[in-house]
Amino acid sequence: MNRAGLLWPAITLALLLIASAVFNPSFLTLAWRDGHLYGSVIDILNHAAPLMVVSMGMTLVIAVRGLDISVGAVVAIAAVVAALMIGGSYDANGAVASKYPLWLALATALTAAAACGLWNGLLVVKAGMQPIVATLILMVAGRGIAQLLTDGQIITVYYPPYFTIGNGFLLGIPVALWIAALLWLGLQLVLSRTALGLFVRAIGGNPEAARVAGVRAGAIVLCVYTFCGLAAGIAGLIVSSNVKSADANNAGQLFELDAILAVTLGGTALTGGRFNLAGTVLGALIIQTLTSMIYSLGVPSELNLLVKAALVFAVMLLQSAEFRALVARVARGKRAGATP
Amino acid sequence: MADAEIMLRARDISRAFPGVQALAGVDLTLRAGEVHALMGQNGAGKSTLIKILTGVEVPDAGHIELVGQPITPETPVHAQRLGISAVHQESHLLPNLSVAENICAGRYPRRPWSRGGGIDWRETERRASELLASLGLALDVQQLAGGLSAAQQQLAAVARAVGSGARVLILDEPTSSLDADEVQALFELLRRLRAKGVAILFVTHFLDQVYEICDRMTVLRNGKLVGEYECVALDARGLVSAMVGRELAEVEPPASAMADGTGRPPVLTARNLSRRGQLKPTDIEMRAGEVLGLAGLLGSGRTELARLLFALDARDSGEITVDGAPAHLENPADALRLGLAFCPEDRKHSGIVADLSVRENIALALQARMGLGKFLKVAEQRALAEKLVAALGVKTASIETPIGQLSGGNQQKAIIARWLATNPRVLILDEPTRGIDIAAKQELMHEILELARGGTAVLFISAEIDEVVRVSDRIVVMRDRAKAGELPRGAPEDAVYAVIANT
Repeated sequence: MNRAGLLWPAITLALLLIASAVFNPSFLTLAWRDGHLYGSVIDILNHAAPLMVVSMGMTLVIAVRGLDISVGAVVAIAAVVAALMIGGSYDANGAVASKYPLWLALATALTAAAACGLWNGLLVVKAGMQPIVATLILMVAGRGIAQLLTDGQIITVYYPPYFTIGNGFLLGIPVALWIAALLWLGLQLVLSRTALGLFVRAIGGNPEAARVAGVRAGAIVLCVYTFCGLAAGIAGLIVSSNVKSADANNAGQLFELDAILAVTLGGTALTGGRFNLAGTVLGALIIQTLTSMIYSLGVPSELNLLVKAALVFAVMLLQSAEFRALVARVARGKRAGATP
Repeated sequence: MADAEIMLRARDISRAFPGVQALAGVDLTLRAGEVHALMGQNGAGKSTLIKILTGVEVPDAGHIELVGQPITPETPVHAQRLGISAVHQESHLLPNLSVAENICAGRYPRRPWSRGGGIDWRETERRASELLASLGLALDVQQLAGGLSAAQQQLAAVARAVGSGARVLILDEPTSSLDADEVQALFELLRRLRAKGVAILFVTHFLDQVYEICDRMTVLRNGKLVGEYECVALDARGLVSAMVGRELAEVEPPASAMADGTGRPPVLTARNLSRRGQLKPTDIEMRAGEVLGLAGLLGSGRTELARLLFALDARDSGEITVDGAPAHLENPADALRLGLAFCPEDRKHSGIVADLSVRENIALALQARMGLGKFLKVAEQRALAEKLVAALGVKTASIETPIGQLSGGNQQKAIIARWLATNPRVLILDEPTRGIDIAAKQELMHEILELARGGTAVLFISAEIDEVVRVSDRIVVMRDRAKAGELPRGAPEDAVYAVIANT
């Protein structure tokens, strides 16, 4: 259905990968060591996993004409809750024990994240706030809550089983990537095997018509925001597991903007309606490839942001149908707006 | 008139869209100082032709001349600069700007730099008033356009087009939301413009208006030119035949659905239904197999009543019972569950989801009633859509075509198909025939009667009293946001007007 829409994100990603390979000949090499796959491409996939997960939630929110700029703060909340509940200390035998059972910690963190999403949804659906304003509240307050929970300290986790999420491998492939892949697969199934996809596109395409047709738009939008919060929570677990700590100030910093960018790069219109989940995944990969490229090019750190902005600008131009048409017109040497 | 200067000549215009040849070698000639009707059924190619003349679409083949000079309008702005302006059904005034600002938009007078530069608002208003005065229009140039009535906005939009130097003025269904007096005001303006030598292309579905104002007409059918006629040379019957492509059988008033519905138990009753500012307490009763007509002027409370019945707006008071039992009816989803269906009057805003395919639009309400859990498989949706598209004669390249690409009448049929898919017990049709052509209207009225014969209770709302009288078993007349009276089947139009006028 979205085959054609995937073309340009795929081309963009391929170009970036080729460029990376040109600058760094070892970029595309994959090695098998200690029963795992190693290589820059695997690193990119692994590091892109949290952004992929967040962006999938964001895709659905944007598809119903919403926006969630609180996802970065929710990442931090989930990370902090999990880290606080696991912590880890050495017992009498020198083994590491978790403060609460691991499953309880994970469940609590994800519940907290889903509750954040539900809160956003309630503000949008029941209080009728503009999505950007409604989620701005939690964007600010969420980090505050996370800082309050941690007393402003970075919480270190010492319990190794928790590290599996962000650092482990399963069948040679990073666990984080498995999580992102399963979430994508699950979402695809739900969208294709239930009416959710139709309802989301109907609500995004014309909310009033969807309501008149009897679609329970409010309930569905609530679910979508809740899912977005949950996705941010999963990303928070991956992030904190990966760095074995939780930092209320920096965990998930600017995730909201990267996620919106990933959704846009993937060909989903910010005006709602048509969305492209696979495109979003490609978008997240594009962003992570850009970031890796900047590091591997050895760009001085003070230039990082400027280089990234320039690359994003180039990518957006490449994906703009209007810009491509303009280039084609100029190439053909035809002048627009010829008057008699 | 035949010797009048030729203002615009389009020759051999063709345009294809995926799956549809919208125009095939169409000619159109507009002369200075004439009002020229562009006639055809929905999907005949009128809209495409207008889009090509105004630079919205580019033709695949053909050429256009303006006063003998070849032109190729590339954008609407370009077309305007050439002197071709269009005024559409929904006027495109900016509601938050004043009338003067709207009229002069895009060519505001500037103050000289010596006086600080910027836009000279006083001059803007002076020019706007001057223009309006020259056209005989009494509009307050300082008023916000959003505060004008639909008719006044229409007139202001025409004034703006004239002010921008339009030599060719295209009016696309300008009268469909105007009442009789307002139509006369618009025609008065058109006559003045005609006298000034403007070439006017007038698109409408109202045949009587064509004969009242137009000098000549061009008829299209299925993207092809049928012919150009002098209005005096082709009567209404001939015109309809030309549009439809066959001799029109004398339209029999279709037999009513049933002899007498009074014996049957009511399916839906509302007592004391009201909403502040929209509807005074009103009772209404609908019976199975009966077409209940709802007549009244614009703003009489017709649409408001329908919206309250379907719980699109919250009611302040009123009990609604379905099959004699009090109904829990707080939102459209409840209404759907109770077997109600509602075709809204504003198709674009609350009917179609333009980006979705015809199939998805048709499946939407049924799927909404089934909820998230039970999924109507794509194959089932397809079968359902195919069946209804065939049954209602929806013209579309495929059921996978985005519904936004269909012509207005076919969109309307597809929305009705959406509701038929739910097999409703109560069907509310708010202005289902608005903006669709005469043949489609006939088919639609036929469908409505078929439905009622099948046992559906139909509420038929229309501004066109003759339609209401023709199909209804019972007529409720609305006036001043309340029920003013009820008439039995077979009541003449005059009786309805009498109730409306309270005489």
